Amino acid sequence: MALLGAGVIGGLILTATVGPVLMKQNPFEQNLLERLSPPSSVHWMGTDDLGRDVLARVVQGSRVSLTVGLLAAGLSVFLGTGIGLFAGFRGRGWDAVTMRVLDVLLCFPTIFLILMVIAFLEPSVLTVMLVIGLTSWMGLARLVRGETLVLKERDFIWAARGLGLSETRILLVHLLPHLLSPVMVAATLGVGGAVLTESALSFLGLGVQPPNPSWGSLLSAGKDYIHMAWWLTVFPGLALFATVLGFNLLGEGFRDVLDPRMER
Amino acid sequence: MFRYLLRRLAVLPVLLLGITAMTFGVMRLAPGGPVDQLTDLNVKASPEIRERLIKLYGFDKPWYQQYGRWLSRLVRGDLGRSFKDDRPVMEKIKERLPATLLLNALSLFLIFIVAIPLGVLSAVKQNSFFDRLTTGLVFVGYSVPAFWLSLLLMIVFGLKWGWFPISGLHAINHDEMSWGTQAVDTARHLILPVFVSAFTGLAGLSRYVRNGVLEVIRQDYIRTARAKGLSESRVIFKHALRNALIPVVTLLGLTLPDLIGGGFLFETIFAYPGMGRLGFEAVMARDYPVVMGVGTMAALLTMVGNLGADFLYAVVDPRVRL
Repeated sequence: MALLGAGVIGGLILTATVGPVLMKQNPFEQNLLERLSPPSSVHWMGTDDLGRDVLARVVQGSRVSLTVGLLAAGLSVFLGTGIGLFAGFRGRGWDAVTMRVLDVLLCFPTIFLILMVIAFLEPSVLTVMLVIGLTSWMGLARLVRGETLVLKERDFIWAARGLGLSETRILLVHLLPHLLSPVMVAATLGVGGAVLTESALSFLGLGVQPPNPSWGSLLSAGKDYIHMAWWLTVFPGLALFATVLGFNLLGEGFRDVLDPRMER
Repeated sequence: MFRYLLRRLAVLPVLLLGITAMTFGVMRLAPGGPVDQLTDLNVKASPEIRERLIKLYGFDKPWYQQYGRWLSRLVRGDLGRSFKDDRPVMEKIKERLPATLLLNALSLFLIFIVAIPLGVLSAVKQNSFFDRLTTGLVFVGYSVPAFWLSLLLMIVFGLKWGWFPISGLHAINHDEMSWGTQAVDTARHLILPVFVSAFTGLAGLSRYVRNGVLEVIRQDYIRTARAKGLSESRVIFKHALRNALIPVVTLLGLTLPDLIGGGFLFETIFAYPGMGRLGFEAVMARDYPVVMGVGTMAALLTMVGNLGADFLYAVVDPRVRL
């Protein structure tokens, strides 16, 4: 299962990086005479309302979606692991405060949070990345904190402390490697989630701005022509679906292999 | 057990304070506001008018005073008035809340009655064709973009075949229908949004149940039950399931905010008159009081849901009776 996911993602990365270079059709070039034409041998996925080749736009969009997904998930993993480690290791006061803050944040429907923040800042690729990253670290933080609380009582940690190693060193060199498996699972699944969220935001017009193609905004444009140009809805959506599926398969595959419960 | 409940209840006001503070903070940091919206492009708006507007909305006071005023009103159930149409926010929310609750309750119900048996059967028949099939389906549901699925279903069911209406909650002539027809009408409108909401939410729960049951099945007491000669179904349903379901209750608490919040996406696509859409439109219109009201309400609902889940947890797991 993980292999299938890895395969999908490999293909995706290839498309995103090399694709736009190989494409014959220009994703930004408008050809009004050919607007809204169905898939043909020239335009494999048809054209949109301004005559732009859909396949080219989908390929171009893969760059955006992938970048946002990876970086946003990266941010949230970084935050979640860091905060979780810190709270778990310090314990007592820091832990209590962090957990309360976490509880408050978790009470909020994430989407609503994101929505509020994005609606007030200039929507752009950077904002979207930041916001998604800043609002999805909580689950991982909780997990990491729990694991850290258990791990820090183990002998080798006491030994490290006894040796006088700095806290940072203990956290990074000694504790972190043990947390790698749940973190990896969370990271992969997180990318899938981030891509979904970014596309939802772009769909609502709060994400990547035109003429930069993002799968979400492609879908949004397509929905106005839903009754006469099905290809505008089907293809970007399929691309999205395949990407998220790939990441989820990979993540679940990781989980099957590295299930932390079996470590105990 | 009462002490456990009391402790959980005591945390509520603190949480609520945190939530309102956060919502308020985000609002204040936002550029633009109703004053700007009213005066920016208005040629007739002189600086004096701006001043008066600012005073009227209370924007000239320091932030903690504004927050204090808002909070004191909140306690009395007054959420202020909408900047858009000057109606009490509470009233606007009350109009939309039942619809959202209906959608979420039905979704949750559907998720539960489908995911739990699915998870149990998957675990019992591990690695069989059934297991693989359901795993695949569940993955699809988890990975598919909800709004895309909604659009596709709309195309197929709404436009091409005309089976289900694609927007709103009631048909135009809903009020003129008989009671029975009204119910059917509402149901027809609900089918698509509830289906999408449930389908995308199934995955988490069913995987969880499956893993939980798998773990429980390997336990010794299950082997004892089988050795005693109990029928397989009795073993599963009476002994295994109870213990496997314990973590499911926690998951219920965690899915709640996603349902309530994610609902806004479905509500926007299906033009469903719910609270989520109200919040979204308010955010776009910089209608602060409504946004804060909806945000607080959503968080409140989530907290209540979590409390309910905690309570159920205490009921279900005897080890938690503190």
